[in-house]
Amino acid sequence: MVRRIGLLVTCLVDLIRPSVGFATAKLMEDAGCIVEVPRQSCCGQPAFNSGDRTAAREIARQVIEAFAPYEYVVVPSGSCAGMLKVHYPELFRGDPNWQPRADAFAEKTYELVSFLVDVCRVDRVAARVEAVATYHDSCSSLRELGVRDQPRRLLATVQGLRLTEMRDADVCCGFGGAFCVKYPEISNAIVSKKAAAIAATGADLLLAGDLGCLMNMAGKLQRDGANIAVRHVAEVLAGMTQEPAIGMPAGPPPCSPPHAAESREGEVKR
Amino acid sequence: MTDVATHAATSPRFKDNAKSALADADLQNALKFVEVNFIARRREAAERLPEFDALRDSARDIKDHTLAHLDLYLEAYENRVVERGGHVHYAVTGEDARQIILDICRKLGARTVTKGKSMVAEEIGLNDFLAAQGITPIETDLGEYIIQLRHEMPSHIIAPAVHLTKAQIESDFRRVHAHLPAGRNLVEPTSLLTEARAVLREKFLAADVGITGANFLVAETGSSVIITNEGNGDLTQTLPKAHIVLASIEKLVPTLEDLSQLLRVLARSATGQDMSVYTTLSTGPRRPDDPDGPGEYHVVLLDNGRSSMLAGEFRDMLRCIRCGACMNHCPIYHAVGGHAYGWVYPGPMGAVLTPSLIGIDKAGHLPNASTFCGRCEEVCPVRIPLPRMMRSWREREFEQHLSPATVRSGLAFWGFFAKRPWLYGVATALAARLLALAGRTRGRFSWLPLASGWTRHRDFPAPQGGTFQAQWNRQRGRLARPVGQADGPNL
Amino acid sequence: MTPRELVLATVRRSLGVTGAEATRRSEVAARLAGHPPGVVPERGQLEPAGRLDLFARMVKAAAGTVERVADMAEIPAAVAAFLRGHNLPLAIRHGGDPLLSSAPWKLAGTLEIRQGASDGADLAAVSHAFAAVAETGTLVLTSGADNPTTLNFLPDVHIVVVDACDVVSDFESAMARLRSRFGAGVMPRAVNMITGPSRSADIEQTLILGAHGPRKLHVIVVGKP
Repeated sequence: MVRRIGLLVTCLVDLIRPSVGFATAKLMEDAGCIVEVPRQSCCGQPAFNSGDRTAAREIARQVIEAFAPYEYVVVPSGSCAGMLKVHYPELFRGDPNWQPRADAFAEKTYELVSFLVDVCRVDRVAARVEAVATYHDSCSSLRELGVRDQPRRLLATVQGLRLTEMRDADVCCGFGGAFCVKYPEISNAIVSKKAAAIAATGADLLLAGDLGCLMNMAGKLQRDGANIAVRHVAEVLAGMTQEPAIGMPAGPPPCSPPHAAESREGEVKR
Repeated sequence: MTDVATHAATSPRFKDNAKSALADADLQNALKFVEVNFIARRREAAERLPEFDALRDSARDIKDHTLAHLDLYLEAYENRVVERGGHVHYAVTGEDARQIILDICRKLGARTVTKGKSMVAEEIGLNDFLAAQGITPIETDLGEYIIQLRHEMPSHIIAPAVHLTKAQIESDFRRVHAHLPAGRNLVEPTSLLTEARAVLREKFLAADVGITGANFLVAETGSSVIITNEGNGDLTQTLPKAHIVLASIEKLVPTLEDLSQLLRVLARSATGQDMSVYTTLSTGPRRPDDPDGPGEYHVVLLDNGRSSMLAGEFRDMLRCIRCGACMNHCPIYHAVGGHAYGWVYPGPMGAVLTPSLIGIDKAGHLPNASTFCGRCEEVCPVRIPLPRMMRSWREREFEQHLSPATVRSGLAFWGFFAKRPWLYGVATALAARLLALAGRTRGRFSWLPLASGWTRHRDFPAPQGGTFQAQWNRQRGRLARPVGQADGPNL
Repeated sequence: MTPRELVLATVRRSLGVTGAEATRRSEVAARLAGHPPGVVPERGQLEPAGRLDLFARMVKAAAGTVERVADMAEIPAAVAAFLRGHNLPLAIRHGGDPLLSSAPWKLAGTLEIRQGASDGADLAAVSHAFAAVAETGTLVLTSGADNPTTLNFLPDVHIVVVDACDVVSDFESAMARLRSRFGAGVMPRAVNMITGPSRSADIEQTLILGAHGPRKLHVIVVGKP
């Protein structure tokens, strides 16, 4: 069965780390899906979490319409997928026109890894990445979407990768969207603990499914001088680790993500 | 809205409170115990009981049912108390409750009152009030006793002195128990406890009135229920001439069976015990053939805004049974402790309840200082959707234009682009290129304009260059056209 | 309006009700009269011998101690042995409880017996529990002249005698017994549910036994279920 997917790449991936978007597309295409990318901005979470329901609704309507043609909506982020899947229906509760649309939209929306495992029934990837990795559960993936075992299951099939669990992998990294700039000292205290837990594993690679959390943890680890590469889980599952890790300088030749997407070795098996 | 004259809230200064808390080495040491112990103990207790999650559903349903029929259960409860010779006093505000309690104490000529731990008493600032009226209140829960010596508020709803180290407690005991030999050894927690036990035993026996809170009120029997590990609540209510129960109206449960359901989730969620040591149901004053027990039994039912909360989106908060699991699992609480929240109720439950009680204008920071990590809701024994309600407060704040101007204008700027995807594409493509260029050598920034909150503590990764959408479009042809929306220029 | 009327009126306004609705009233009356059980854990649903074992296990888990004796005639010796074993004076206090009063205390030799409520001077007290709950190792004691409440809290050592037949599976069973003993909706002044000896963890979360109540809780189960 060929599935037609609308990829909601998230505003952070779009702006900061397009390679995550290409890795996501590769994983889905390898799983036999047709991937399309309708024009998009953001899922509206910043407005929603700041109490601006009107703006959040306006953006949500726009997203629902943009992705109307697709059988599935896949998102390489737990927190944005949670926004679409859990909070859009909440935003339109009691709205006779939009509630059914939001419910149907939620129904077809998935976080990337849970889509691969739970919908496409992917049980292994053919990627090869030599590293000792530790995986951080982002709060929304874990608690809003129940994503816990899926990434670990697929990561276990990556050749050369050894997965080691950190203490309190399920505890927040302190990112929290606008929280980290509104309450920077508290956010710093939380991410400092997280960085210590990561460092204590001895892993040389940190993975997670949310770019916001990854940027936060990478930024802290790098400020602390820790020598740990940080990547989105999709990059590793797709075997697309040619791009420098998050926050690392591009070696010559300068970064060119579209080419990276062509030179991968990984392949998803079903 | 309650009067907080005697209990000035420092919640508006949450940010400063938090900064001092983060710099307080003693506090940071003390907080380590919360993070490790409470969480592990709760998890083990929950794992030992296969029905734990079903019991949480049951507990939620019982509280929902009770709240939906609260008027009738209050009447039923009141009738039973009166039948057993007790007195029921309704207090609309904290001030009313304080006055009622004072009148009872005055009538009995009370000079000292012992107190069991009661968050509602903290809410209405009872101790300071009684002391100002010449009546000496003595806290008897060890943690409450310690913070009373320090003139502090509790920093946790079930472990009031959790912010202190034993060295701090030792120095308080040496300061206050000046009649004891200066050379005594107080290094071990056991010796501190033994000393407090001896000092407080005399107070128990001498007190005129005992005041306790209530964990639950049982409508079926007119009983007030207190739950302690120390036994202080029982000595407080058994020995004096009168027992005053100070309880807020949402503590009602219908029956003894309903109580049994709630007991099964409370201690497990709070301390990880299957049961706390003492669960006591008190019903009326001493009976004719009783050799002990209080001669008078009063219940002060405090509303203080709760009856209004029943109407709106915060009704679910009234299910709260004050176990403390939400704060025990909260990364913000772990970082700054309870005092930073600036009023009586800290942590996630405080972030929702405090704005209801002292106003969102004063407590606005509390529901904002959350990452919405959702761990509080995950462990709540009565499944209160705490993050959702914190968001509701942010919405109220936004609607009332109470959010900070920087937040509002930033949001408006972002929203302008987010609502116009093609313009957004132009702007982000430009931003991505500029930032990528600027950050190419290091791969990250240690300083960025307008992002000092981030870069003060962490580096910010440089974008790879070019947005995903622009690159995808170049590689795979034009972007899929959004339905019902004109396509903007391709990038 | 009195404060009472004001509170009830606000509650009703918030709920959008008048308080006179027949369906709401009958729903509440039915729940109070029928007191339906909720989720009752499997843990305590055991045959009598298993239930006693579970009870003993749970008391120990709560830092109490348990022993079993065949009948009341063995109680005095058991009490005396416990006190001796903990280097305590051979003196106890108990209330007017018929079962405790009928025990052949003289068999314990020099054991000194005082009766009635405690003034705080006693080191050890003996009570007779109304029931016990196997599920959590909880003793259920009721107030009154037979077993004064002060005995549960003031002495350093609390020895509680419970008849094996009174050890029930779960809280619901204990509540049913209270109802059948005292009447529907009627309770003695105090019902003390006690699970282990007094403790506090208020200092750096270090658990210490003997906060304000007894430092030791010893349970003697009498007879067979």
